[in-house]
Amino acid sequence: MTRYILRRLIAMPFLVLGIVTLAFLLTSVTKGDPLTAIVSDRQLNNPEVVAAAKAKWGLDRSLPERYAIYVGNLLTGDMGTSFITRRPVAQDVLYRLPATMELVIAAMAVGATIGISLGVLAAYFRNTVIDHVARLFALFGSSIPVFWLGLALLYVFSVQWGVLPGPGRLDARATPPPMVTGFMTIDTLLAGDFRLFLDAVWHLILPAFVLGWAVAGTISRLVRANMLEVLSREFILTARAKGAGEFRVVIRHALRNTMVPTLTVIGYSFAYLLTGAVLTETIFSWPGMGSYAVDAARGLDFPAIIGVTIVGGVVFLVTNLLTDIAYVVANPRVRLG
Amino acid sequence: MSVLSAPRFVRPRWLSLPLMVGIALVLFWLVATVAAPWMTVHDPLDMVGRRLQAPSWDHLLGTDALGRDVLSRTLHGARHSIPIAVTVVAVAVAIGAFLGALAGFIGGIVDTVIMRLVDVTLSFPPMLLAMAVAASLGPGLENATIAMVIVWWPVYARLMRAQVLEVREREHVEAAVASGATQTRVLTKHVLPLCWTPVLISATMDLGQVILLAASLSFIGLGATPPTPEWGSMISDGASQFYSWWVALGPGLAILTIVLGFNFIGDGLHDYFDPRSK
Repeated sequence: MTRYILRRLIAMPFLVLGIVTLAFLLTSVTKGDPLTAIVSDRQLNNPEVVAAAKAKWGLDRSLPERYAIYVGNLLTGDMGTSFITRRPVAQDVLYRLPATMELVIAAMAVGATIGISLGVLAAYFRNTVIDHVARLFALFGSSIPVFWLGLALLYVFSVQWGVLPGPGRLDARATPPPMVTGFMTIDTLLAGDFRLFLDAVWHLILPAFVLGWAVAGTISRLVRANMLEVLSREFILTARAKGAGEFRVVIRHALRNTMVPTLTVIGYSFAYLLTGAVLTETIFSWPGMGSYAVDAARGLDFPAIIGVTIVGGVVFLVTNLLTDIAYVVANPRVRLG
Repeated sequence: MSVLSAPRFVRPRWLSLPLMVGIALVLFWLVATVAAPWMTVHDPLDMVGRRLQAPSWDHLLGTDALGRDVLSRTLHGARHSIPIAVTVVAVAVAIGAFLGALAGFIGGIVDTVIMRLVDVTLSFPPMLLAMAVAASLGPGLENATIAMVIVWWPVYARLMRAQVLEVREREHVEAAVASGATQTRVLTKHVLPLCWTPVLISATMDLGQVILLAASLSFIGLGATPPTPEWGSMISDGASQFYSWWVALGPGLAILTIVLGFNFIGDGLHDYFDPRSK
């Protein structure tokens, strides 16, 4: 086990270098002209301005040179300057990462809660209406485009019924608390403003559900399959024979024995959530990495595109690594060389 | 005249309800792909009515901000989304299966190089990588297609390699090698024919997910360009006409139903091949 973990850790720097290289290459083989994003239309005909801009952004160098410069800068934590915001990309991304994390963690909590409950119910009441509804819920979750679901729920719950707030992380009239962690729910508490905290939670509900639905579906299917298997084992019969109540049998005896694969799928769902977050953030005007990536992609802001892709890749890599390690640690039966 | 009961459709055992619903949904959209011009009254690009009209008998799903018929545009959308999804999956399978087979069959340095490339590509959140590539290639459906192929081929490379590694160890392959067949012949005649089924099944199941990804790219403006009636960009139009809910309703339901169709088929097949989960 130790050897497996060590081997995975040693592979990490190479994978990160691979991510950097691939992100750089794929975005450099470009037809779009980033100059149009830096220089105004009128100035494009002015050769001096164009040459100066090229020199400043290194656009006049050859590809290998630009790559070497980029990796060198990256080692010092410099991801270049965004064409659009004119701020360092690393700073932009760090500033926006917590908002995405808050949304993704909330979505994970929603997905895990709904998914595990539905999975248990579906297995216990297999082939009844409950089971079929749970299956439909799961299938719809992985079929609905999140950007459409977000629009539809905003329209119904916010505009028509007015029971949930509109886009954003806080009420538009509220003054945001000073940024400490970047997690709005934590920062409002640190600022000692409980009403603002409730407002932040209130604003999280819709986007977290929109993002978490598909994950809830996947989790519920997996929990159901594992529960079916565990419920047919003999120790469940023993527990029942000893007079344990049904609730106790299902939760304490059966569900506990399905937790390892469940935690694993929750870990891997992170990838899906990061992907979905891009679109959910756009719909809910959520100032996270996803909406930053969309703005960068729309504006041909290459430093920002590469930066955000690399950070996304590294976050993704680390969560998958942690999930793999957690799986091996939690499940001693798995033997890996 | 003998008394016969009316001929009754007897459902074969493999055709479960989910499978039937799935096939029906996918078939509907396949028909729309071919026959959209004959299924609609209005041209999808013409301004046929007043702008932003709510659904009525003339325009069952209303009109958009330019007075175009949303229903026509939705049905015509299938002519973009489905061929793109099929192209992406076909090209990704071709590239992925080729490289995966090479990696599995030759092994050694070829295997290492190909599979590390696979590992790195799969280390990105798919949407972010697709966005980055699509953005650097520039907007347009062709470029979005290329971006999606780049994101998707490693999946099939992994699958194909695992298949080849497994089939290569079987006895009939050993027999072929012993009787002096060339490497190429062993690979193409004795190994590959036994590897395709799982790859093709998984490719079919993926069509729904590719449709979702393509629509997502178009939604953020990296896929279809106006005035193309593509579902993702139509929903984007709907987002900017937020209070005219019907603008986004048609394309949203279109994506939902076709992806649901593929997912139903996948779920039905899963039940059939793994009856324990019933």
